[in-house]
Amino acid sequence: MPITREEVERVAHLSRLDLSEQEKVKFAAQLGSVLDYMKKLNELDTEGVEPMVHGIEGQEVVRQDAVGESLPRQEALQNAPDSSQGCFKVPRIIE
Amino acid sequence: MIELEPVIGLETHAELLTESKLWCRCSTRFGQAPNSQTCPVCLGMPGVLPVLNTHALKLALRAALALHCKINRTTFFDRKNYYYPDLPKNYQISQNDCNLGEGGHLDIPCEDGVRRMRIHNVHLEEDAGKNLHAEQAGADYSLVDLNRAGTPLLEIVTEPDMHSVEEADSFMRTLRLVLLYTQVSDCKMQEGSLRFEASISMRPAGTDGLGARVEIKNLNSMRAVRGALAYEIQRQTAVLKEGGAIAQETRLWDEVRERSARMRTKEEAQDYRYFPEPDLLPFEIDREMLERVQASVPEMPLERRHRFCEGFGLSEYDATVLTDQREVADYFEAALGAHDAPKSVANWIINEVLREVNDRKISIEDFEVPPARLAELVRLTDDGTINANVARNIMSKMVQTGKDAPALVEEEGVEQISDESALAPIIEQVIQENPKAVQDYLSGKKQAVGPLVGQVMRATRGRADPKLTNRMLRARLDQMTK
Repeated sequence: MPITREEVERVAHLSRLDLSEQEKVKFAAQLGSVLDYMKKLNELDTEGVEPMVHGIEGQEVVRQDAVGESLPRQEALQNAPDSSQGCFKVPRIIE
Repeated sequence: MIELEPVIGLETHAELLTESKLWCRCSTRFGQAPNSQTCPVCLGMPGVLPVLNTHALKLALRAALALHCKINRTTFFDRKNYYYPDLPKNYQISQNDCNLGEGGHLDIPCEDGVRRMRIHNVHLEEDAGKNLHAEQAGADYSLVDLNRAGTPLLEIVTEPDMHSVEEADSFMRTLRLVLLYTQVSDCKMQEGSLRFEASISMRPAGTDGLGARVEIKNLNSMRAVRGALAYEIQRQTAVLKEGGAIAQETRLWDEVRERSARMRTKEEAQDYRYFPEPDLLPFEIDREMLERVQASVPEMPLERRHRFCEGFGLSEYDATVLTDQREVADYFEAALGAHDAPKSVANWIINEVLREVNDRKISIEDFEVPPARLAELVRLTDDGTINANVARNIMSKMVQTGKDAPALVEEEGVEQISDESALAPIIEQVIQENPKAVQDYLSGKKQAVGPLVGQVMRATRGRADPKLTNRMLRARLDQMTK
C-alpha cells in the first residue's frame, strides 16, 4: 500500500531531497511496498529476544588520549565549495 | 487567582578535560586558529571510522558515578541525525537508547535545607563546531570553524525537579563543583566548556501535573539560565493569568537584550531518527574499570562542607568558602595536618591567603607559602609568639623570600612583648606624651584608648601584645580617674 504524499514529503525534507511531483508519486508506491515487505518481520515472535545493536559480535577497539597530527588548514578547506578567513563559508545561518 | 509554580528541568553540557577529541587524535585545545585542529574523521570525510578515546569514557563514567547513577555496563552509541552547518557528518554520535548512566541524583543546598534533584541520565557525545558571524553587517554568509567538532561532551539531564530560579541556580552551582572536584571538566563558561538548556512549564502550586513545556536554548552561562528562567516565568504567568495557553515550543535566549524569542520553526517536529551507530561496536565496561573509576571519585563538595562544619566546628560560611574550590579545601586540610587548630587556620586562609591569591589571580596551588608553612605561622600567632599584624608582615616576607616563619621571626626580632614589666614603662611614656587623648578618656570618651594603644604599638614596632596593652592602659587610666 502506497504511503501518503505528506509522508513522502516529510521524509524527503528530513533528508534534504528535492523531489518532483512525479517522483513523489513514484516513491510513495515504492516506499509503501518496501514497508509492506518489512511488515513480514512482525510475524516473528520476538518475545524475550534481546534487541541486537550490531551485526558483528565483539568489542569496540579503543585508543588512549593522545594528540596526533591534524590536517594542514588548506587541506581541510580544499573540498569546501567556498572558504574565507580560514573558515568554511556557508549561506547565512538565521535563527 | 490560584498561585502558579514553575517546573524546571535542566540539560547541562560539559566539555570533558581530554587532550584529544572523542573519535580522533586532533587536539581539543581552546582558542587556536580556526580549522587548524581537524582531520578526515572530525571533518566527516567518507570512509573514515571513529575510534573511542577511553579517557573520555572514564571521565564520563566518573561523573555518572559521582552523580549516583546506575551504570549500563554494556553501553553503545546512537546516531542523531540533523542538518546544521557546524555538524559536518550531518549526524552527531550520541547516546539515546542505552545511556552510560541512568537514574542518579544530586543533593543541593536550598533555603529550607538540602533537596535531592533526580538525574534522568548522563551520557557521552561529541560537540559540534562553531559558527562565527560574518564581520560586516547584513552579510549573506556565515563562517564555520570545526576545531571544536568532535570534542568529547558530557550531557547531564535532570528530571523536572526544580521549582524556582534559586533552585536551578543552586543545582548549577553544585553540579559545577562536582564536575570540578571530579576533574571531569574545567567548566570555563567563557570558553563554552559549560552550557545549558532549560525546560520550563507552570502549574498550580502544590499539584502534580505538567503543563505545556517550553525549551530554552543558547544558555551559555549560569547567569543566562537565571535570566531566561525569570523571564519565562513572568511571560508564562502573564499568558496563563489572562486565560491564554502556553504553546509547546523552543525559544532562544538573547543574552544582550535579556529576552527570549520563539525559534524559527525549521521543521514541523524535530525528528532525529536515532539508530545504533553502525561504525561502533557496543562497549563493555568491565568490573576492574568500574572499580578503578569508582575509587577515583573524590569526596563531594557538599559532603566535605558538612564534614568541615561537623568535624571541625567551622561556620557554614567558612566551610562554604573553603570548599568552593577543591584546591583550597585540600590546602586547608594539609595545613591542619601540621597545626590542628581548624578555626584559626580557616581564618588565616580565608582572610589572608585567599585575599592574596585572589588579588594576584593565581591558584592557591601556586601560592609561595605551602600549607605546612602557613600552619607554622598560624601556630606562632596562636601561642602568642607574634601578634596578628606582625604575622601578616611575616606572611608577605615568606612570599618574597621563601623563608619559613620561625626563621623570619628570629631574623626580624618581632616576637610579641607580652611581659607586663616590659610594657609598663612604655605605657607611662605614652600617657605623658599624649595629654589630649588622656584627657578625652578621663572625661568619659572611652574610645580615646584606641590612639594610645596605637602609640604603644608604634613605640614597640608593632610587637606589643595588643590585648594586654589595651588592658594595662585602661587599668592605668582608670587609676588616674580616682
